[in-house]
Amino acid sequence: MVLSAADKTNVKGIFSKIGGHAEEYGAETLERMFITYPQTKTYFPHFDLQHGSAQIKAHGKKVAAALVEAVNHIDDIAGALSKLSDLHAQKLRVDPVNFRFLGHCFLVVVAIHHPAALTPEVHASLDKFMCAVGTVLTAKYR
Amino acid sequence: MVHWTAEEKQLITSIWSKVNVEECGAEALARLLIVYPWTQRFFSSFGNLSSPTAIIGNPKVRAHGRKVLSSFGEAVKNLDNIKNTYAKLSELHCEKLHVDPENFRLLGDILIIVLAAHFARDFTPACQFAWQKLVSVVAHALARKYH
Repeated sequence: MVLSAADKTNVKGIFSKIGGHAEEYGAETLERMFITYPQTKTYFPHFDLQHGSAQIKAHGKKVAAALVEAVNHIDDIAGALSKLSDLHAQKLRVDPVNFRFLGHCFLVVVAIHHPAALTPEVHASLDKFMCAVGTVLTAKYR
Repeated sequence: MVHWTAEEKQLITSIWSKVNVEECGAEALARLLIVYPWTQRFFSSFGNLSSPTAIIGNPKVRAHGRKVLSSFGEAVKNLDNIKNTYAKLSELHCEKLHVDPENFRLLGDILIIVLAAHFARDFTPACQFAWQKLVSVVAHALARKYH
């Protein structure tokens, strides 16, 4: 799977629309993921996972920042997320299937807040982008 | 048998009552074919699927999307008996059409995104949970004849 020039344009476009809301969307994505896929909570036994939790907000901010970083270096996502890739491989070891859940919930959040902007073409590009991020983060697992 | 709480049933039926089956169905199927292009292999008789514009405007895609989502309506009406509701469709998809069950999951996720776009903030996390459960149960019922 390769991000085409059109994909990159679409992803940059939608993130530009998201703008300063990225952190908020990061938190909402996590909240939806924990509710929809309860098994994902196993990676956060130390978190208060209730609605509005400060820890979810903070972590959502981190996740959003990483996604924005990937968008800003969309020609070299592996380079941009190299340290995070190491972290996930050596320390966190989040099962690869969960990146799909996170990606899906992020798309749901974008659909809720920017339905008109999430055209089928943009949807496809954003889905590919989230897959690419997941692939990078699990690339060093073995 | 699947257990539905009263809240889950209410969240499912209340969203469903406001769904435009023709529009949502067409959109969901079109998006499936666009976002996951390999799914087009099951629709070689549908004519022009050469671009997102072609897919969105394709009348066979629209009609089939409507058919697919209408059958979801049967699941909503028979939440306590989805397995049997889908028995014949499972036979069709597994034994005749040979559809990889993974595709049922992909379509389910696409439907969730379409609903999120239409209902926005009304598509609460609790709503998403109930509907993800429903699409997962439907996917499982459709794949049953493979087991």
